[in-house]
Amino acid sequence: MKTRVYVTLKKGVLDPQGKAIHHALEGLGFAGVNEVRAGKLIELDLDPGVGEAEVEAMCRKLLANIVIENFRIEREAPTEEGA
Amino acid sequence: MKSAVIVFPGSNCDRDMAVVLEQVSGRKPLMVWHREAELPDSLDLVAVPGGFSYGDYLRSGAMAARSPVMRAVVEAAGRGVSILGVCNGFQILTEAGLLPGALMRNAGLHFVCRDVPLRVENSQTAFTCRYDAGEEILIPVAHHDGNYQADPDTLDRLEGEGRIAFRYAGACNGSARDIAGIVGEAGNVLGMMPHPERMVEPAHGGADGRRLFEGLLEAIG
Repeated sequence: MKTRVYVTLKKGVLDPQGKAIHHALEGLGFAGVNEVRAGKLIELDLDPGVGEAEVEAMCRKLLANIVIENFRIEREAPTEEGA
Repeated sequence: MKSAVIVFPGSNCDRDMAVVLEQVSGRKPLMVWHREAELPDSLDLVAVPGGFSYGDYLRSGAMAARSPVMRAVVEAAGRGVSILGVCNGFQILTEAGLLPGALMRNAGLHFVCRDVPLRVENSQTAFTCRYDAGEEILIPVAHHDGNYQADPDTLDRLEGEGRIAFRYAGACNGSARDIAGIVGEAGNVLGMMPHPERMVEPAHGGADGRRLFEGLLEAIG
């Protein structure tokens, strides 16, 4: 089962990478961009038996550094044949 | 002083660390591969060296912090063994939970590689006892992710408990309160971004780093 983990910097944590992307967008002439924050998308292909709590444990133990990052788990709805 | 240097795939300062430890203590440190689940017996010091362990995948130090040998290092730290983490070693120690906070991308996004003046904030630790408090020393940095960040409460606690060992004496990488190195709660773990092992003889342009190792030898035998 496909599961996506989005890892983003916590609010208030300075994001130099996002700032650089913002500047580059402005340099290309794109107006109206107020802020850019960069994060990570980690895709997991999991056995159907792997529960939400286990994915959350993976995030806390490794995928995100909860000192500076938040994470959001998005599980793909099981398809007819995959269910 | 019986010491060990941990070697990860991608470590590149392990040799420099071993050279200075042997010069200062007269004993060759044991080189311990990251797959080892146990450390050699009766160690006085474990050095976690600089480099780019696991190619900095996921986050700098994240993969190394979860390797088998780091579980043994965390356990050794709990028993009071001195642990020194330099550069990537500092990143690994924060990722392993031995030190608070995190090391993020440098504020200017540039890799910073130069000699930087540091101020010794606390000369009462085993790592800093050969320096004077307030003294300025010159030590090189070479890192991309050295921007130390922690929440304000943690920073206040570090200040209040005298756990900031070194501060940059001038802007370097955007670190909160110019923090360059901190010690753990029990005082036996030091993490620092600058490389003391690269400044240990006049040919290096100075020998300020040597006193850190001499102090350790004096403090822990």
